[in-house]
Amino acid sequence: MAYALQQLINGVALGMIYGLIAVGYTMVYGIIGMINFAHGDIFMIGAFISLISFVLISMGGWGTGPGAILLVLLVSMAVTALYGWSVERVAYRPLRGSFRLAPLISAIGMSIVLQNYVQVAQGARVKPIESLVTGSVELWHGNGFAVSISTMQAMIVIVTLVILAVFTWLVTRTSLGRAMRACEQDRKMAGLLGIDTDRTISITFVIGASLAAVAGTMYLLRYGVIDFYIGFLAGVKAFTAAVLGGIGSLPGAVLGGLLIGLIETFWSAYFSVQYKDVATFAILAITLVFMPTGLLGRAEVEKV
Amino acid sequence: MTMQRRTLLGATIAGPAILAAGGARAQARGPIRIGMAGPLTGANATFGAQMREGASQAVTDINAAGGVLGQQIVLETGDDACDPRQAVSVANQLSGRQVRVVIGHYCSGSSIPASKVYLEEGVLQISPASTNPAYTDQGGWNTFRTCGRDDQQGAIAGKYIADTYKGKRVAVLHDNSAYGKGLADETKKAMNAAGLNEEIYAAYTPGERDYNAIVSRLKAGNIDVIYVGGYHTEAGLIVRQAKEQGMNVTLIGGDALMTNEFWQISGAAGEGTLMTFSSDPRKRPTAAEVVERFRARNVNPEGFVLYTYAATQIWAEAAKKANSVDPRRVAETMKSSGPWQTVLGPISFDRKGDVTVPDYVFYVWKNGSYAEMS
Repeated sequence: MAYALQQLINGVALGMIYGLIAVGYTMVYGIIGMINFAHGDIFMIGAFISLISFVLISMGGWGTGPGAILLVLLVSMAVTALYGWSVERVAYRPLRGSFRLAPLISAIGMSIVLQNYVQVAQGARVKPIESLVTGSVELWHGNGFAVSISTMQAMIVIVTLVILAVFTWLVTRTSLGRAMRACEQDRKMAGLLGIDTDRTISITFVIGASLAAVAGTMYLLRYGVIDFYIGFLAGVKAFTAAVLGGIGSLPGAVLGGLLIGLIETFWSAYFSVQYKDVATFAILAITLVFMPTGLLGRAEVEKV
Repeated sequence: MTMQRRTLLGATIAGPAILAAGGARAQARGPIRIGMAGPLTGANATFGAQMREGASQAVTDINAAGGVLGQQIVLETGDDACDPRQAVSVANQLSGRQVRVVIGHYCSGSSIPASKVYLEEGVLQISPASTNPAYTDQGGWNTFRTCGRDDQQGAIAGKYIADTYKGKRVAVLHDNSAYGKGLADETKKAMNAAGLNEEIYAAYTPGERDYNAIVSRLKAGNIDVIYVGGYHTEAGLIVRQAKEQGMNVTLIGGDALMTNEFWQISGAAGEGTLMTFSSDPRKRPTAAEVVERFRARNVNPEGFVLYTYAATQIWAEAAKKANSVDPRRVAETMKSSGPWQTVLGPISFDRKGDVTVPDYVFYVWKNGSYAEMS
């Protein structure tokens, strides 16, 4: 029981990071119906910007306390958002209105460009950072097994929930959110009604990228090691999460991320670790057979 | 295009030298090309860099001493990123550039598939780091290594664990790579033979960052000792996450932990980690002069630097002795003659291409650096 609880905590903390990245996939898909394959690499860029900011801040002697972490998070969100905006401006906007596959190929190209750019600019070696957030709390002691939650795990869960609450509010309660949802339903009609669709799409990319930056910062703090390639695996998992949750649905992305994190963790906990990914993707495939739109996705209604 | 032009240019410059040297038909064109292949990018790039340092210093030194058979040698490098598929394409590329020998690769998972390409193309291969027994056990004439084998390394690690941690609970983990699984299995075999059975035997997925699920599993199994057959990134993360979860464990690994990057990843959690490696080649009297040369260039000849240097050295010496750079003849000479005087000391090869006297000792991580265990 204690063991299962510990694995639940592990799984939730992992799933939250997947969920944060998945939100970026789902928002972009929702608004322009395109899978932004460069999103995993935007996440990687976010992690690198956090790393650079941490190094700069500690060189500036501003310490590594909660204030520094918050500052790094904001810097990373801002700079990564700029990357997200540029990617959309350079690689996707010129292709809007061309055939469906064009932006998809462009996205794959962008992913390779970003990966190689970081590889060249930062070197191919893994970049470690010392643990900044340490300590853990023992929650419960049962059957000789101490269940603990580390400060970092708690922080990931809290930060993710807060950020998601803020962005959910943004999408459902503000005029910007209304514009986004309008573009999602019918871009042409939204344009006719005076919504600047290009700007709305840009903002969607900016939001997706800054969420990826949050995920990148959490990832860096949690695992302490990043390299130019982390975006690939994390991107694949997060994309899977978005599809499982129902692509286009915000809560679905987080739910999907949580489920993937939990499936991976519990499979590793009770069955053969090496078949973890097989299990995850098998569950994804089975889910999609019975629920083709994912768990919370809406069936696509043919617009007439 | 530029490549071809360079070859032509090379041929023009080396023309007179060829006339002077005469010798085997293989030398008919240009300087002698040798290859170096390893992970110059990716998680194991640190070892690729070590290999490149070793090989390029050796080539510089050999050329300064007059080259091989009166000709200069040119180093071609290939990056396999420790990916078996990329290793095969690098092997084809290097073979296409007419290299006589390839010093490499690093990961056993790369060296083994690449060796098949080299066998077909008639290229000699000397790995300074691939320890999986299968690499030389395949029976090709072209495979050599200057490091030991996992069955030797595992035998020492397994026996040590069984003797030192009698009655303790041991977990054996591996990353399913040719190197990692091979080493873990050999260690497990030796440990079981010495009377200690592991509590948990499991594989993890390399390249991930979150090993908390496995760590919790080890914690539930009250594991005291983790033996990891795998590379330093994952080993560092596992021990870090184990300490974070409040476990009091000792991590034991193989030669792949022999880099300062391990400590950067593990942090203080790496304290007390043990690993097997040859006794420090930097301290051997035969290495003194070359080590000085590396230090003068601000390179720390740690890990596999000197192994790569020695591999290049042996090839050059054998080519001189065989009076040919024909890979088959050099291979034959490498096995039949010897011992070869290298920075590592005298080295001889058996019929398979393995070194005859491997020596593995334990190292321990303390305060961010490693030292031979007394």
